[in-house]
Amino acid sequence: MRRRAVTGALYATPAAVLVGLFFVVPLLLVGWMSLNRWPLLGKPRFNAPANYTGVVDNALLTSAAWFTVQYTVLITVLLFVVAFGLALLVQNRRKGVGFFRTAFFLPMAVGFASASLLFLGLLSEEIGPFPGTGDSSALGSAVLLVLWRFAGFNMLILLTGLQAIPLDVYEAARIDGATRWQTFRRITVPMMRPTIALVLTMMTTGSLLAFDQFWILTRGGPDNSTTSLVMVIYREAFIRLDLGSAAGISVVLLVLLAVFSTVQLAVLRRRSA
Amino acid sequence: MRTYWFTGTALAILFLFPLLWSGWASVRTDTGFGTENYVRLFTSGNGIQPVHVLNSVLVSTMTVAGTLVVSTFAGYAFGRFRFPGRDLLFLLTLAILMVPYATILIALYVLLGWLGLEDSLIGLSLVLIVFQLPFSVFMMRNSFEAVPIELEESARVDGCTSFGTLVRIMLPAVRPGLVTVGLFAFLASWSEFFAPLILLNSTDKFTTVLAVVNMRTASHGSIDYAALEAGVVFMAAPCLVLFAFMQRSYVRGFTSGALKG
Repeated sequence: MRRRAVTGALYATPAAVLVGLFFVVPLLLVGWMSLNRWPLLGKPRFNAPANYTGVVDNALLTSAAWFTVQYTVLITVLLFVVAFGLALLVQNRRKGVGFFRTAFFLPMAVGFASASLLFLGLLSEEIGPFPGTGDSSALGSAVLLVLWRFAGFNMLILLTGLQAIPLDVYEAARIDGATRWQTFRRITVPMMRPTIALVLTMMTTGSLLAFDQFWILTRGGPDNSTTSLVMVIYREAFIRLDLGSAAGISVVLLVLLAVFSTVQLAVLRRRSA
Repeated sequence: MRTYWFTGTALAILFLFPLLWSGWASVRTDTGFGTENYVRLFTSGNGIQPVHVLNSVLVSTMTVAGTLVVSTFAGYAFGRFRFPGRDLLFLLTLAILMVPYATILIALYVLLGWLGLEDSLIGLSLVLIVFQLPFSVFMMRNSFEAVPIELEESARVDGCTSFGTLVRIMLPAVRPGLVTVGLFAFLASWSEFFAPLILLNSTDKFTTVLAVVNMRTASHGSIDYAALEAGVVFMAAPCLVLFAFMQRSYVRGFTSGALKG
């Protein structure tokens, strides 16, 4: 039995090495970096807590944080409504449902950066099919892009939740004379709470870390109005060449996300108890 | 019933339209239709060069191969063996999902520099493998757990070593899991933008995605949108083809346990 434990540990070694070296170490390193003045080139020097006080003073960061939160609320609401609508539309097995599901899901096969480039052309004045609307709203074009690219994926996850609800529950509701809205409100939504929680968490964390869509579609403009938090991290590190400051912002973002996930989990636990 | 067909069809058209449009825009020229946009994409100075395609192929190959090997071994270990640190390692691997990797890429950039893997396709692939691990280790563990234990025991009675059992008996049994893991690793590594942007510096190391995005971000004058759409089609084509082949098993895997009704 001893030998079996050794064999098992050996099989797990490559994963352990990779996870340790490229996940645990960088996680600790980003914390250490945030306590140092860490230029892109040259020797780091301990300077805590300058990178954290810098976070508070950074005007671009403040506006980026505000923009990212607004964007996250907007995307989470819209994406959830659209994805849930699609899932309800294609939940039953009937004619055409396979085609519809594929059509909604297909954008997921296109990489997100490619999708951003696609929409850059699609919404452009130069070659887009809707000239006169393209440049009107930087945020609007990013919202359209994200809805198109991610609605089908979230639809599929919500679909798994919808299909896990036993049919006889619906049957019982119908016999009791419940309306469609009552059934949805009193049965579908409560029974799907875990799936809804998963989807909402993924949407919010994904949006808080938005980068590709703004980097490619709007370049953060006009006048930095669509600069997201991760774009600020990138700018601190590779344009201002200050890795310590970038690490400081990363740590703040990491802690906020951890708190956010914990609170969300706690709230959901209490509700379902 | 009528609203179902009407809404479904309208939405399907809406979702398919951007894909169809980009295909159309990529072959449309001033005089009609042709391959001019693709020619510009591949021959103008700042478009895709052969080395970029080669880099993408290398990164994807290394990422897919590495992910398959590491997650197969780890999945086998988690699914079939007990050893000290097993639960901790499994939790740590899943924790990668909880930590958004954009926040640790700055540290990875420094770390790869220390390891002599700065501006390196191998370094990039290692990072991409790690970010595939939560999903693929989870998937492979479940696949191995689903294999009947008798299958493995009879092989052991026949004198197979544990490695022999893994290769000859277990691997064929977990093939669907391997296909899904490989597909995901390919889609993720082929399309990844943020990690190569941070970890690769020199233009001859760029992947295809970086090269095409560079056509947009490095242009100070006007953007060559038509060549850009040709680039989109070029990057999306292998993913769409793969997806067409795998779509059935993929969607079914997602909705397995679905009710007939």
